[in-house]
Amino acid sequence: MSELYDCRNAFASTLEDIARGDSRVVALTNDSVSSTKLSHFAELFPDRLFNIGIAEQNMVGMASGMANGGKIPFVAAAACFLTARALEQIKNDVAYTDTNVKLCGVSTGLAYGPLGGTHHSIEDIAWLRAIANMTIIVPADPLETEQAVRAAAGMVGPVYLRLSRMGVPAVHDADYRFEIGKAVRLRDGNDITLAACGTLVPRALVAAAMLEEKGIQARVINMATVKPIDREAIVEAAVETGGIVTAEEHTIYGGFGSAVAEVVATTHPVPMRILGVPGVFAPTGSPEFLFEHFHLTPQGIHDAALELVESGER
Amino acid sequence: MSIDTEALHRKAYEIRQRNLIMIHEAGGGHTGGDLSSADILAALYLNDVLNVDPQDPLAPNRDRFFMSKGHGSALLYTTLAFAGFFPEEELATFMKPLSRLNGHPNVSVPGVEANTGALGHGLPMAVGTALAAKMDGALWRTFVLTGDGELQEGSNWEAAMAAAQYQLDNLTLIVDRNRIQMVDWTERIIGLDPLTDKWRAFGWSVQEIDGHDHAEIMQALSAVPFEAGKPNCVIANTHKGEGVSFIRDRAAWHHRVPTDEELGAALEELRGSG
Repeated sequence: MSELYDCRNAFASTLEDIARGDSRVVALTNDSVSSTKLSHFAELFPDRLFNIGIAEQNMVGMASGMANGGKIPFVAAAACFLTARALEQIKNDVAYTDTNVKLCGVSTGLAYGPLGGTHHSIEDIAWLRAIANMTIIVPADPLETEQAVRAAAGMVGPVYLRLSRMGVPAVHDADYRFEIGKAVRLRDGNDITLAACGTLVPRALVAAAMLEEKGIQARVINMATVKPIDREAIVEAAVETGGIVTAEEHTIYGGFGSAVAEVVATTHPVPMRILGVPGVFAPTGSPEFLFEHFHLTPQGIHDAALELVESGER
Repeated sequence: MSIDTEALHRKAYEIRQRNLIMIHEAGGGHTGGDLSSADILAALYLNDVLNVDPQDPLAPNRDRFFMSKGHGSALLYTTLAFAGFFPEEELATFMKPLSRLNGHPNVSVPGVEANTGALGHGLPMAVGTALAAKMDGALWRTFVLTGDGELQEGSNWEAAMAAAQYQLDNLTLIVDRNRIQMVDWTERIIGLDPLTDKWRAFGWSVQEIDGHDHAEIMQALSAVPFEAGKPNCVIANTHKGEGVSFIRDRAAWHHRVPTDEELGAALEELRGSG
Protein backbone atom coordinates (compact mmCIF):
# COMPACT_ATOMS: atom_id res chain seq x y z
CA MET A 1 0.00 0.00 0.00
CA SER A 2 1.44 3.34 -0.98
CA GLU A 3 1.74 6.19 1.48
CA LEU A 4 -1.42 8.17 2.12
CA TYR A 5 -1.54 11.95 2.45
CA ASP A 6 -3.99 14.37 4.03
CA CYS A 7 -4.28 17.15 1.43
CA ARG A 8 -5.16 19.70 4.10
CA ASN A 9 -1.48 19.72 5.02
CA ALA A 10 -0.46 20.61 1.49
CA PHE A 11 -3.15 23.31 1.49
CA ALA A 12 -1.92 24.85 4.74
CA SER A 13 1.79 24.74 3.98
CA THR A 14 1.21 26.19 0.51
CA LEU A 15 -0.92 28.97 1.90
CA GLU A 16 1.83 29.77 4.40
CA ASP A 17 4.32 29.92 1.58
CA ILE A 18 2.12 32.21 -0.50
CA ALA A 19 1.44 34.41 2.52
CA ARG A 20 5.18 34.81 3.11
CA GLY A 21 5.53 36.40 -0.29
CA ASP A 22 2.28 38.33 -0.45
CA SER A 23 1.15 40.39 2.52
CA ARG A 24 -2.34 40.74 1.02
CA VAL A 25 -3.10 37.09 1.75
CA VAL A 26 -5.29 36.56 4.81
CA ALA A 27 -7.12 33.53 6.17
CA LEU A 28 -10.58 33.42 7.69
CA THR A 29 -12.11 30.46 9.44
CA ASN A 30 -15.15 29.61 11.52
CA ASP A 31 -13.61 28.35 14.75
CA SER A 32 -11.93 25.64 12.68
CA VAL A 33 -8.29 26.65 13.00
CA SER A 34 -7.17 23.11 13.67
CA SER A 35 -9.43 21.18 11.28
CA THR A 36 -8.39 23.51 8.47
CA LYS A 37 -4.74 22.93 9.52
CA LEU A 38 -4.21 26.66 9.95
CA SER A 39 -2.65 26.49 13.43
CA HIS A 40 0.83 26.99 12.05
CA PHE A 41 -0.37 29.80 9.78
CA ALA A 42 -1.80 31.43 12.91
CA GLU A 43 1.58 31.17 14.61
CA LEU A 44 3.43 32.58 11.60
CA PHE A 45 0.90 35.32 10.82
CA PRO A 46 -1.14 36.04 13.93
CA ASP A 47 -2.40 39.32 12.46
CA ARG A 48 -3.59 37.68 9.25
CA LEU A 49 -5.62 34.79 10.62
CA PHE A 50 -9.17 35.70 11.57
CA ASN A 51 -11.20 33.23 13.54
CA ILE A 52 -14.62 34.67 12.83
CA GLY A 53 -16.35 32.33 15.20
CA ILE A 54 -19.28 30.12 14.38
CA ALA A 55 -20.80 32.54 11.88
CA GLU A 56 -20.37 31.46 8.28
CA GLN A 57 -22.58 34.12 6.70
CA ASN A 58 -20.59 36.91 8.28
CA MET A 59 -17.33 35.11 7.50
CA VAL A 60 -18.01 35.00 3.76
CA GLY A 61 -19.47 38.52 3.70
CA MET A 62 -16.40 39.80 5.55
CA ALA A 63 -14.13 38.04 3.07
CA SER A 64 -15.89 39.87 0.24
CA GLY A 65 -15.34 43.16 2.06
CA MET A 66 -11.70 42.36 2.75
CA ALA A 67 -11.19 41.63 -0.94
CA ASN A 68 -12.81 45.00 -1.68
CA GLY A 69 -10.23 46.48 0.69
CA GLY A 70 -7.34 44.95 -1.25
CA LYS A 71 -6.80 41.68 0.61
CA ILE A 72 -6.75 38.18 -0.88
CA PRO A 73 -8.92 36.23 1.57
CA PHE A 74 -8.77 32.45 1.83
CA VAL A 75 -11.87 31.29 3.68
CA ALA A 76 -11.31 27.85 5.15
CA ALA A 77 -14.07 25.88 6.79
CA ALA A 78 -15.80 22.54 6.73
CA ALA A 79 -17.39 22.41 3.30
CA CYS A 80 -20.80 21.43 4.65
CA PHE A 81 -21.12 24.68 6.61
CA LEU A 82 -19.18 26.96 4.30
CA THR A 83 -21.17 26.17 1.19
CA ALA A 84 -24.61 25.58 2.65
CA ARG A 85 -24.87 28.14 5.43
CA ALA A 86 -23.22 30.92 3.44
CA LEU A 87 -24.58 30.03 0.01
CA GLU A 88 -26.32 33.38 -0.52
CA GLN A 89 -23.15 35.23 0.51
CA ILE A 90 -21.18 33.06 -1.91
CA LYS A 91 -23.66 33.87 -4.66
CA ASN A 92 -24.03 37.62 -4.09
CA ASP A 93 -21.04 38.91 -2.13
CA VAL A 94 -18.42 36.71 -3.76
CA ALA A 95 -19.57 35.55 -7.21
CA TYR A 96 -22.07 38.19 -8.36
CA THR A 97 -20.02 41.06 -6.94
CA ASP A 98 -17.01 39.21 -8.42
CA THR A 99 -14.65 39.64 -5.50
CA ASN A 100 -11.26 37.99 -5.21
CA VAL A 101 -12.23 35.48 -2.53
CA LYS A 102 -10.91 31.93 -2.32
CA LEU A 103 -13.32 29.52 -0.66
CA CYS A 104 -11.60 26.45 0.74
CA GLY A 105 -14.00 23.71 1.78
CA VAL A 106 -12.32 21.02 3.83
CA SER A 107 -13.57 17.64 4.99
CA THR A 108 -15.63 17.41 1.86
CA GLY A 109 -17.91 14.68 0.59
CA LEU A 110 -18.27 11.74 2.95
CA ALA A 111 -15.12 12.47 4.95
CA TYR A 112 -17.04 13.09 8.16
CA GLY A 113 -18.57 9.62 7.74
CA PRO A 114 -20.10 8.63 11.08
CA LEU A 115 -20.99 12.21 12.01
CA GLY A 116 -23.89 11.91 9.62
CA GLY A 117 -25.76 13.83 6.99
CA THR A 118 -25.44 17.28 8.59
CA HIS A 119 -21.69 17.01 8.20
CA HIS A 120 -21.49 15.32 4.82
CA SER A 121 -20.89 17.72 1.96
CA ILE A 122 -22.20 15.96 -1.09
CA GLU A 123 -24.14 18.84 -2.65
CA ASP A 124 -21.49 21.57 -2.71
CA ILE A 125 -20.31 21.07 -6.29
CA ALA A 126 -23.89 21.20 -7.57
CA TRP A 127 -24.67 24.38 -5.64
CA LEU A 128 -21.54 26.25 -6.58
CA ARG A 129 -21.41 24.96 -10.16
CA ALA A 130 -24.73 26.69 -10.77
CA ILE A 131 -23.28 30.06 -9.82
CA ALA A 132 -21.72 32.25 -12.50
CA ASN A 133 -18.13 33.50 -12.10
CA MET A 134 -17.22 30.51 -9.92
CA THR A 135 -14.18 28.33 -10.56
CA ILE A 136 -14.29 24.92 -8.85
CA ILE A 137 -11.18 22.82 -8.27
CA VAL A 138 -11.16 19.34 -6.70
CA PRO A 139 -7.52 18.26 -6.31
CA ALA A 140 -6.64 14.59 -6.09
CA ASP A 141 -3.35 14.53 -4.23
CA PRO A 142 -0.92 16.75 -2.30
CA LEU A 143 1.02 17.96 -5.32
CA GLU A 144 -2.15 18.90 -7.15
CA THR A 145 -3.50 20.55 -4.00
CA GLU A 146 -0.39 22.68 -3.70
CA GLN A 147 -0.58 23.74 -7.31
CA ALA A 148 -4.31 24.36 -7.14
CA VAL A 149 -3.86 26.66 -4.15
CA ARG A 150 -1.16 28.55 -6.06
CA ALA A 151 -3.35 28.75 -9.15
CA ALA A 152 -6.27 30.05 -7.09
CA ALA A 153 -4.07 32.72 -5.53
CA GLY A 154 -2.67 33.57 -8.92
CA MET A 155 -5.99 34.31 -10.60
CA VAL A 156 -8.26 37.24 -9.83
CA GLY A 157 -11.78 36.10 -9.02
CA PRO A 158 -13.77 33.64 -6.95
CA VAL A 159 -12.51 30.09 -6.58
CA TYR A 160 -13.86 27.11 -4.65
CA LEU A 161 -11.19 24.61 -3.61
CA ARG A 162 -12.67 21.30 -2.49
CA LEU A 163 -10.22 19.69 -0.11
CA SER A 164 -10.76 16.31 1.47
CA ARG A 165 -9.42 15.13 4.80
CA MET A 166 -9.20 11.50 3.72
CA GLY A 167 -5.83 9.91 3.12
CA VAL A 168 -5.04 9.74 -0.59
CA PRO A 169 -2.02 8.34 -2.44
CA ALA A 170 0.02 10.49 -4.78
CA VAL A 171 -1.24 10.08 -8.33
CA HIS A 172 0.94 12.64 -10.04
CA ASP A 173 4.66 12.62 -10.82
CA ALA A 174 6.87 15.33 -9.39
CA ASP A 175 6.96 17.16 -12.72
CA TYR A 176 3.15 17.45 -12.90
CA ARG A 177 1.86 20.93 -13.64
CA PHE A 178 -1.75 21.69 -12.80
CA GLU A 179 -3.53 24.22 -14.98
CA ILE A 180 -7.01 25.56 -14.25
CA GLY A 181 -9.50 24.18 -16.76
CA LYS A 182 -7.24 21.41 -18.05
CA ALA A 183 -7.89 17.71 -17.51
CA VAL A 184 -4.89 15.46 -17.35
CA ARG A 185 -4.67 11.96 -18.75
CA LEU A 186 -3.20 9.59 -16.19
CA ARG A 187 -3.55 6.44 -18.27
CA ASP A 188 -3.95 5.85 -21.97
CA GLY A 189 -6.63 3.62 -23.38
CA ASN A 190 -9.27 3.66 -26.10
CA ASP A 191 -11.84 1.11 -24.92
CA ILE A 192 -13.54 3.29 -22.32
CA THR A 193 -12.85 6.41 -20.29
CA LEU A 194 -12.83 6.62 -16.52
CA ALA A 195 -13.19 10.30 -15.57
CA ALA A 196 -12.80 11.25 -11.93
CA CYS A 197 -11.96 14.06 -9.56
CA GLY A 198 -10.56 14.22 -6.04
CA THR A 199 -10.60 11.07 -3.96
CA LEU A 200 -11.99 8.99 -6.83
CA VAL A 201 -8.94 9.49 -9.05
CA PRO A 202 -6.72 6.87 -7.39
CA ARG A 203 -9.67 4.48 -7.29
CA ALA A 204 -10.20 4.97 -11.02
CA LEU A 205 -6.55 4.15 -11.64
CA VAL A 206 -6.84 0.88 -9.74
CA ALA A 207 -10.06 0.10 -11.59
CA ALA A 208 -8.25 0.65 -14.90
CA ALA A 209 -5.56 -1.84 -13.86
CA MET A 210 -8.28 -4.37 -13.01
CA LEU A 211 -9.93 -3.79 -16.38
CA GLU A 212 -6.64 -4.36 -18.16
CA GLU A 213 -6.58 -7.88 -16.73
CA LYS A 214 -9.79 -8.45 -18.68
CA GLY A 215 -8.25 -7.03 -21.83
CA ILE A 216 -9.99 -3.67 -21.57
CA GLN A 217 -7.79 -0.62 -22.02
CA ALA A 218 -9.37 2.16 -20.00
CA ARG A 219 -8.34 5.78 -20.33
CA VAL A 220 -8.18 7.57 -17.00
CA ILE A 221 -8.57 11.33 -16.87
CA ASN A 222 -8.28 13.44 -13.76
CA MET A 223 -10.62 16.42 -14.07
CA ALA A 224 -9.56 18.47 -11.09
CA THR A 225 -11.20 21.57 -12.52
CA VAL A 226 -14.91 20.83 -12.42
CA LYS A 227 -15.70 24.36 -13.56
CA PRO A 228 -14.80 25.47 -16.15
CA ILE A 229 -14.76 21.85 -17.28
CA ASP A 230 -12.31 20.76 -19.95
CA ARG A 231 -14.77 20.24 -22.81
CA GLU A 232 -12.03 19.28 -25.23
CA ALA A 233 -10.85 16.37 -23.10
CA ILE A 234 -14.43 15.13 -22.71
CA VAL A 235 -15.22 15.30 -26.43
CA GLU A 236 -11.94 13.58 -27.19
CA ALA A 237 -12.77 10.83 -24.71
CA ALA A 238 -16.26 10.40 -26.15
CA VAL A 239 -14.99 10.23 -29.75
CA GLU A 240 -12.00 8.01 -29.08
CA THR A 241 -13.31 5.63 -26.41
CA GLY A 242 -17.06 5.57 -27.04
CA GLY A 243 -18.13 5.43 -23.41
CA ILE A 244 -17.46 7.33 -20.18
CA VAL A 245 -17.77 6.37 -16.53
CA THR A 246 -17.58 9.28 -14.09
CA ALA A 247 -16.90 8.91 -10.38
CA GLU A 248 -17.19 11.52 -7.64
CA GLU A 249 -17.60 11.82 -3.87
CA HIS A 250 -20.81 13.79 -4.32
CA THR A 251 -24.44 13.33 -5.19
CA ILE A 252 -24.97 12.27 -8.79
CA TYR A 253 -27.39 15.17 -9.20
CA GLY A 254 -25.71 18.28 -10.53
CA GLY A 255 -22.14 17.41 -9.70
CA PHE A 256 -19.07 16.37 -11.66
CA GLY A 257 -20.79 13.59 -13.57
CA SER A 258 -23.56 15.95 -14.57
CA ALA A 259 -20.99 18.44 -15.82
CA VAL A 260 -19.40 15.75 -18.02
CA ALA A 261 -22.82 14.54 -19.21
CA GLU A 262 -23.83 18.06 -20.24
CA VAL A 263 -20.86 18.19 -22.59
CA VAL A 264 -21.29 14.65 -23.86
CA ALA A 265 -25.01 15.02 -24.54
CA THR A 266 -24.57 18.25 -26.48
CA THR A 267 -21.47 17.34 -28.49
CA HIS A 268 -20.86 13.65 -29.08
CA PRO A 269 -23.42 11.50 -27.24
CA VAL A 270 -21.99 8.22 -25.97
CA PRO A 271 -23.24 5.94 -23.18
CA MET A 272 -22.23 6.97 -19.70
CA ARG A 273 -22.39 5.70 -16.15
CA ILE A 274 -22.40 8.31 -13.38
CA LEU A 275 -21.09 7.02 -10.07
CA GLY A 276 -21.60 8.92 -6.85
CA VAL A 277 -24.08 9.14 -4.01
CA PRO A 278 -27.39 8.21 -5.64
CA GLY A 279 -29.64 10.97 -4.38
CA VAL A 280 -29.90 9.86 -0.76
CA PHE A 281 -28.57 11.11 2.54
CA ALA A 282 -25.68 8.83 3.41
CA PRO A 283 -26.11 6.52 6.40
CA THR A 284 -23.75 6.32 9.34
CA GLY A 285 -20.41 4.69 8.83
CA SER A 286 -16.75 5.40 8.35
CA PRO A 287 -15.81 7.08 5.07
CA GLU A 288 -14.33 3.79 3.90
CA PHE A 289 -17.59 2.02 4.76
CA LEU A 290 -19.61 4.64 2.88
CA PHE A 291 -17.36 4.42 -0.18
CA GLU A 292 -18.02 0.65 -0.19
CA HIS A 293 -21.72 1.21 0.48
CA PHE A 294 -22.05 3.43 -2.60
CA HIS A 295 -19.66 1.32 -4.74
CA LEU A 296 -17.23 4.22 -5.00
CA THR A 297 -14.39 1.71 -5.02
CA PRO A 298 -12.03 0.32 -7.64
CA GLN A 299 -14.34 -2.69 -7.84
CA GLY A 300 -17.41 -0.47 -8.23
CA ILE A 301 -15.82 1.59 -10.99
CA HIS A 302 -14.53 -1.59 -12.64
CA ASP A 303 -17.96 -3.18 -12.54
CA ALA A 304 -19.68 -0.14 -14.02
CA ALA A 305 -17.11 0.11 -16.79
CA LEU A 306 -17.31 -3.58 -17.58
CA GLU A 307 -21.09 -3.48 -17.62
CA LEU A 308 -20.99 -0.50 -19.99
CA VAL A 309 -18.49 -2.19 -22.32
CA GLU A 310 -20.44 -5.46 -22.33
CA SER A 311 -23.84 -3.79 -22.68
CA GLY A 312 -23.28 -3.23 -26.35
CA GLU A 313 -24.50 0.34 -26.00
CA ARG A 314 -21.31 1.76 -27.44
CA MET B 1 -19.33 71.15 6.26
CA SER B 2 -19.31 72.26 2.68
CA ILE B 3 -22.91 73.39 2.28
CA ASP B 4 -25.41 74.54 4.86
CA THR B 5 -28.20 72.36 6.13
CA GLU B 6 -30.85 74.38 4.29
CA ALA B 7 -29.13 73.77 0.99
CA LEU B 8 -28.74 70.10 1.83
CA HIS B 9 -32.42 69.87 2.65
CA ARG B 10 -33.23 71.37 -0.75
CA LYS B 11 -30.90 68.91 -2.46
CA ALA B 12 -32.56 66.00 -0.69
CA TYR B 13 -35.94 67.19 -1.95
CA GLU B 14 -34.58 67.48 -5.49
CA ILE B 15 -33.35 63.91 -5.16
CA ARG B 16 -36.80 62.84 -3.97
CA GLN B 17 -38.44 64.44 -6.99
CA ARG B 18 -36.05 62.86 -9.50
CA ASN B 19 -36.36 59.57 -7.65
CA LEU B 20 -40.16 59.52 -7.90
CA ILE B 21 -40.04 60.42 -11.58
CA MET B 22 -37.65 57.50 -12.12
CA ILE B 23 -39.90 55.04 -10.34
CA HIS B 24 -42.91 56.33 -12.24
CA GLU B 25 -41.10 56.01 -15.58
CA ALA B 26 -39.77 52.56 -14.77
CA GLY B 27 -43.07 51.31 -13.41
CA GLY B 28 -41.21 49.86 -10.43
CA GLY B 29 -39.12 50.70 -7.42
CA HIS B 30 -39.36 51.11 -3.68
CA THR B 31 -41.05 54.43 -3.14
CA GLY B 32 -41.49 54.53 0.62
CA GLY B 33 -37.98 53.45 1.61
CA ASP B 34 -36.32 55.72 -0.94
CA LEU B 35 -38.07 58.75 0.51
CA SER B 36 -37.11 57.76 4.05
CA SER B 37 -33.39 57.44 3.23
CA ALA B 38 -33.06 60.46 0.94
CA ASP B 39 -31.77 62.88 3.58
CA ILE B 40 -29.15 60.38 4.74
CA LEU B 41 -27.83 59.73 1.23
CA ALA B 42 -27.80 63.43 0.42
CA ALA B 43 -25.71 64.06 3.53
CA LEU B 44 -23.30 61.22 2.72
CA TYR B 45 -22.65 62.12 -0.92
CA LEU B 46 -23.44 65.82 -1.32
CA ASN B 47 -21.85 67.20 1.81
CA ASP B 48 -18.44 65.57 1.71
CA VAL B 49 -19.11 63.04 4.46
CA LEU B 50 -17.86 60.35 2.13
CA ASN B 51 -14.41 60.87 0.72
CA VAL B 52 -15.14 59.56 -2.76
CA ASP B 53 -14.14 60.85 -6.18
CA PRO B 54 -16.64 60.48 -9.02
CA GLN B 55 -13.71 60.74 -11.45
CA ASP B 56 -11.89 57.86 -9.74
CA PRO B 57 -14.60 55.71 -8.16
CA LEU B 58 -12.25 52.81 -7.35
CA ALA B 59 -9.47 54.84 -5.74
CA PRO B 60 -7.94 52.50 -3.14
CA ASN B 61 -8.20 55.02 -0.32
CA ARG B 62 -11.82 56.02 -0.96
CA ASP B 63 -14.35 55.71 1.82
CA ARG B 64 -16.61 52.70 1.29
CA PHE B 65 -20.39 52.95 1.35
CA PHE B 66 -22.59 49.86 1.22
CA MET B 67 -26.27 50.31 0.38
CA SER B 68 -27.35 47.24 2.29
CA LYS B 69 -30.99 48.11 1.76
CA GLY B 70 -30.45 47.40 -1.92
CA HIS B 71 -34.11 47.86 -2.75
CA GLY B 72 -33.28 51.55 -2.42
CA SER B 73 -31.40 51.35 -5.71
CA ALA B 74 -33.33 54.19 -7.37
CA LEU B 75 -32.33 56.48 -4.51
CA LEU B 76 -28.70 55.36 -4.64
CA TYR B 77 -28.53 55.82 -8.42
CA THR B 78 -30.15 59.25 -8.21
CA THR B 79 -27.74 60.35 -5.51
CA LEU B 80 -24.72 58.97 -7.37
CA ALA B 81 -25.84 60.82 -10.51
CA PHE B 82 -26.32 64.05 -8.53
CA ALA B 83 -22.83 63.52 -7.09
CA GLY B 84 -21.39 63.21 -10.60
CA PHE B 85 -20.65 59.49 -10.85
CA PHE B 86 -22.57 59.25 -14.12
CA PRO B 87 -24.82 61.55 -16.19
CA GLU B 88 -28.27 62.25 -14.80
CA GLU B 89 -29.80 61.42 -18.20
CA GLU B 90 -28.93 57.77 -17.59
CA LEU B 91 -31.45 57.67 -14.73
CA ALA B 92 -34.14 57.43 -17.43
CA THR B 93 -32.91 53.89 -18.16
CA PHE B 94 -33.72 52.64 -14.66
CA MET B 95 -34.88 49.01 -14.90
CA LYS B 96 -35.12 49.21 -18.70
CA PRO B 97 -33.85 46.16 -20.65
CA LEU B 98 -30.05 45.86 -20.52
CA SER B 99 -29.64 49.03 -18.46
CA ARG B 100 -26.92 48.76 -15.82
CA LEU B 101 -29.32 50.56 -13.51
CA ASN B 102 -31.16 47.40 -12.50
CA GLY B 103 -33.61 47.10 -9.66
CA HIS B 104 -30.89 46.51 -7.08
CA PRO B 105 -27.40 48.03 -6.99
CA ASN B 106 -24.59 46.35 -8.87
CA VAL B 107 -20.92 47.07 -9.29
CA SER B 108 -21.12 47.87 -12.98
CA VAL B 109 -22.53 51.24 -11.84
CA PRO B 110 -19.71 53.63 -10.88
CA GLY B 111 -19.73 54.24 -7.14
CA VAL B 112 -21.50 51.01 -6.19
CA GLU B 113 -19.33 48.82 -3.92
CA ALA B 114 -21.29 45.56 -3.94
CA ASN B 115 -24.27 43.82 -5.47
CA THR B 116 -26.79 44.17 -2.70
CA GLY B 117 -30.48 43.45 -2.63
CA ALA B 118 -30.59 40.29 -0.59
CA LEU B 119 -30.91 41.72 2.90
CA GLY B 120 -28.39 41.31 5.68
CA HIS B 121 -25.35 41.36 3.39
CA GLY B 122 -24.07 44.93 3.65
CA LEU B 123 -22.94 44.92 7.25
CA PRO B 124 -20.76 41.78 7.03
CA MET B 125 -19.06 43.18 3.91
CA ALA B 126 -18.62 46.52 5.65
CA VAL B 127 -16.97 44.75 8.59
CA GLY B 128 -14.58 43.23 6.05
CA THR B 129 -13.62 46.55 4.47
CA ALA B 130 -13.24 48.21 7.86
CA LEU B 131 -11.01 45.38 9.04
CA ALA B 132 -8.90 45.60 5.87
CA ALA B 133 -8.38 49.32 6.48
CA LYS B 134 -7.41 48.70 10.11
CA MET B 135 -4.89 46.06 9.04
CA ASP B 136 -3.23 48.58 6.77
CA GLY B 137 -3.43 51.44 9.22
CA ALA B 138 -5.36 53.27 6.49
CA LEU B 139 -7.55 56.24 7.27
CA TRP B 140 -10.38 55.53 4.88
CA ARG B 141 -13.69 54.71 6.54
CA THR B 142 -16.66 52.48 5.91
CA PHE B 143 -20.34 53.43 6.06
CA VAL B 144 -23.30 51.14 5.58
CA LEU B 145 -27.00 51.87 5.43
CA THR B 146 -29.46 49.17 6.42
CA GLY B 147 -33.19 49.21 6.64
CA ASP B 148 -34.73 48.41 10.00
CA GLY B 149 -36.78 45.40 8.96
CA GLU B 150 -33.55 44.11 7.47
CA LEU B 151 -32.16 43.75 10.99
CA GLN B 152 -34.37 40.70 11.35
CA GLU B 153 -31.69 38.92 9.27
CA GLY B 154 -29.35 37.09 11.65
CA SER B 155 -26.23 37.79 9.59
CA ASN B 156 -26.34 41.39 10.87
CA TRP B 157 -25.89 40.22 14.42
CA GLU B 158 -23.01 37.93 13.48
CA ALA B 159 -21.39 40.99 11.92
CA ALA B 160 -22.27 43.15 14.92
CA MET B 161 -20.33 40.84 17.22
CA ALA B 162 -17.34 40.71 14.88
CA ALA B 163 -17.21 44.52 14.50
CA ALA B 164 -17.07 44.95 18.27
CA GLN B 165 -14.51 42.15 18.63
CA TYR B 166 -12.21 43.83 16.11
CA GLN B 167 -12.86 47.29 17.62
CA LEU B 168 -13.82 48.75 14.26
CA ASP B 169 -14.33 52.39 15.16
CA ASN B 170 -13.77 53.18 11.46
CA LEU B 171 -17.12 51.54 10.68
CA THR B 172 -20.41 53.42 10.84
CA LEU B 173 -23.75 51.72 10.51
CA ILE B 174 -26.75 53.90 9.77
CA VAL B 175 -30.11 52.27 10.40
CA ASP B 176 -33.01 53.79 8.49
CA ARG B 177 -35.48 53.33 11.34
CA ASN B 178 -38.72 54.11 9.52
CA ARG B 179 -40.47 51.41 11.56
CA ILE B 180 -42.29 49.95 8.55
CA GLN B 181 -41.25 46.88 6.61
CA MET B 182 -42.90 45.60 3.47
CA VAL B 183 -46.39 44.96 4.73
CA ASP B 184 -46.65 46.35 8.23
CA TRP B 185 -44.99 48.07 11.18
CA THR B 186 -41.83 46.25 12.30
CA GLU B 187 -43.07 46.05 15.87
CA ARG B 188 -46.18 44.18 14.72
CA ILE B 189 -44.16 41.61 12.80
CA ILE B 190 -40.91 40.86 14.63
CA GLY B 191 -40.20 43.78 16.90
CA LEU B 192 -36.78 45.43 17.03
CA ASP B 193 -37.16 47.66 20.08
CA PRO B 194 -35.30 48.52 22.18
CA LEU B 195 -33.00 48.87 19.17
CA THR B 196 -30.50 51.30 20.66
CA ASP B 197 -30.04 49.04 23.67
CA LYS B 198 -29.48 46.06 21.39
CA TRP B 199 -26.59 47.75 19.59
CA ARG B 200 -25.11 48.99 22.86
CA ALA B 201 -25.31 45.46 24.26
CA PHE B 202 -23.44 44.24 21.19
CA GLY B 203 -20.59 46.62 21.98
CA TRP B 204 -21.38 49.50 19.65
CA SER B 205 -21.43 53.20 20.38
CA VAL B 206 -24.89 54.45 19.43
CA GLN B 207 -26.46 57.80 18.64
CA GLU B 208 -30.12 58.19 17.90
CA ILE B 209 -31.08 61.05 15.61
CA ASP B 210 -33.90 62.49 13.55
CA GLY B 211 -33.01 61.08 10.15
CA HIS B 212 -34.67 63.97 8.34
CA ASP B 213 -32.94 66.73 10.29
CA HIS B 214 -29.80 67.67 8.40
CA ALA B 215 -28.21 69.37 11.36
CA GLU B 216 -28.59 66.19 13.41
CA ILE B 217 -27.43 63.96 10.56
CA MET B 218 -24.32 66.04 10.00
CA GLN B 219 -23.62 66.34 13.69
CA ALA B 220 -23.65 62.55 14.07
CA LEU B 221 -21.78 61.66 10.89
CA SER B 222 -19.05 64.20 11.55
CA ALA B 223 -18.62 62.99 15.14
CA VAL B 224 -17.45 59.45 14.31
CA PRO B 225 -15.81 57.66 15.94
CA PHE B 226 -18.08 58.31 18.88
CA GLU B 227 -15.79 56.28 21.13
CA ALA B 228 -12.34 54.99 20.32
CA GLY B 229 -12.34 51.24 19.75
CA LYS B 230 -16.08 50.87 19.23
CA PRO B 231 -18.02 50.60 15.98
CA ASN B 232 -20.54 53.40 15.45
CA CYS B 233 -24.28 52.98 15.05
CA VAL B 234 -26.54 55.84 14.04
CA ILE B 235 -30.20 55.02 14.51
CA ALA B 236 -31.86 57.45 12.14
CA ASN B 237 -35.51 57.79 13.09
CA THR B 238 -37.29 58.41 9.84
CA HIS B 239 -40.67 58.20 8.18
CA LYS B 240 -41.24 55.91 5.27
CA GLY B 241 -42.46 58.12 2.43
CA GLU B 242 -41.14 61.32 4.06
CA GLY B 243 -42.00 64.42 2.06
CA VAL B 244 -45.29 63.31 0.54
CA SER B 245 -48.31 63.40 2.81
CA PHE B 246 -50.25 60.59 1.17
CA ILE B 247 -47.21 58.26 1.07
CA ARG B 248 -45.75 59.01 4.49
CA ASP B 249 -45.96 56.20 7.07
CA ARG B 250 -48.01 53.94 4.81
CA ALA B 251 -46.82 50.38 4.34
CA ALA B 252 -48.87 50.16 1.15
CA TRP B 253 -46.29 52.46 -0.47
CA HIS B 254 -43.36 50.09 0.14
CA HIS B 255 -43.13 49.41 -3.57
CA ARG B 256 -46.21 51.01 -5.00
CA VAL B 257 -45.65 53.08 -8.13
CA PRO B 258 -47.38 56.47 -8.29
CA THR B 259 -50.00 57.04 -10.97
CA ASP B 260 -49.72 60.11 -13.19
CA GLU B 261 -52.00 62.06 -10.87
CA GLU B 262 -50.21 60.89 -7.73
CA LEU B 263 -46.86 61.78 -9.23
CA GLY B 264 -48.06 65.28 -10.04
CA ALA B 265 -49.42 65.77 -6.54
CA ALA B 266 -46.28 64.33 -4.95
CA LEU B 267 -43.94 66.53 -6.98
CA GLU B 268 -45.96 69.58 -6.06
CA GLU B 269 -45.66 68.75 -2.37
CA LEU B 270 -41.94 68.02 -2.69
CA ARG B 271 -41.32 71.30 -4.54
CA GLY B 272 -43.18 73.14 -1.81
CA SER B 273 -41.13 71.50 0.94
CA GLY B 274 -37.77 71.82 -0.81
